Amino acid sequence: MSGNPYLLAAYSVTWIIHITYLGTIVRRFSRLKREIADLKGSGVGSKSDMGSYRM
Amino acid sequence: MIQWLNDAKLHDSMKKLFPILGVLTAILLIYALYQALVVAPTEQTMGDVQRIFYYHVPSAWTAFILLLVNFGASVFYLVTRRSTADIVALVGAEVGVVFLTVNLVTGPIWARPVWGIWWTWDMRLTSTLVLWLIYVSYLFLRRFSSSGETPLLAAALAVLGALCVPFVYFSIWFFRTQHPQPVLGGGGSIDPRMLHVLLINWLAFSCFAFLVCWSRYRLEKLQREVDAAHAMESLLEPRESVR
Repeated sequence: MSGNPYLLAAYSVTWIIHITYLGTIVRRFSRLKREIADLKGSGVGSKSDMGSYRM
Repeated sequence: MIQWLNDAKLHDSMKKLFPILGVLTAILLIYALYQALVVAPTEQTMGDVQRIFYYHVPSAWTAFILLLVNFGASVFYLVTRRSTADIVALVGAEVGVVFLTVNLVTGPIWARPVWGIWWTWDMRLTSTLVLWLIYVSYLFLRRFSSSGETPLLAAALAVLGALCVPFVYFSIWFFRTQHPQPVLGGGGSIDPRMLHVLLINWLAFSCFAFLVCWSRYRLEKLQREVDAAHAMESLLEPRESVR
C-alpha cells in the first residue's frame, strides 16, 4: 500500500468525526457529574432516583 | 427488549464489562485497519483509493441499522409512551447520523480521484443527503423544542424518515446511477478476500457503535434524572422560603 493522500484523508476524517463525537459525550458526562455533585450538596439529588445511579 | 434496558443487573454487568469490551473493540478496530490497509489486495483500476470502501460501506450499513433501531423504538414509543423507547430512538438517530456523516464525507473523497468530481446529483448520493438532512432535523427538533409533545413529534418524524432508508438502499436498483453497484445481493461482484476485510471492518464498526450507543444511552438516562431532580429542587425552594 502506498501513501495515497485521498485514502489518508478519508481514514483521518472518519476518526476525527468519531473522536469529536466521543469528546462531546465525555464533556457532557463531566458536566452532569458536576451538576449531580451540586444537587447532592443541596440535598435534592438524594431524594430522586438519580441518587442511586452510579457513574 | 426495551424494558430489559431498565434492568439494574444489566447496568451493573455493563459497568463491569464496558472496559473489557472497550479494549476488545479497540483491538478489533486496529486489526480491521490492518486488514484494510495491508492484507486486502489492491484493486487493479482504482488502486489504493478503493480501500476507502472498507470505511465507507461499513459506515453506511451501521448507519442504516441504527436508523432502523430509531424507527423500531419510535413505533414502540408511539404505542406504549415508554421513556426508555424514546431514549433508544434518540440514541439510534444521533449515532446513526454520525455514521451517515462519515459515509457522506468519505464518499466524495473517494469520488474525486475516481470520477474526477467531488459530488454529483446522482440518485444514491442525493437520497443519502436527504436522509441525513431528515435525521439532522430530527436531532434539531429534539434539541431545541421544549414542548412536552417533542418525543411524540420526533417519533412521528422518525417513522416518516425511516421510509427513506430502504429508498436510499435500493436506489441503485431502481434508478440509473453513477454509484457502484452493491457488493452484496446486487449486480456487483467482489474478490472474496476483499469481502472478508469488508465484513471484519463492519463487525469492528458495529462493536464500536454498540459501545458508543450504550454510553449515549447512559448519558441521556442520567440527564433526564438530573432534569427531574432540578424540577424537584425548583418545587421545593418556594416551600422552604415560606417556612
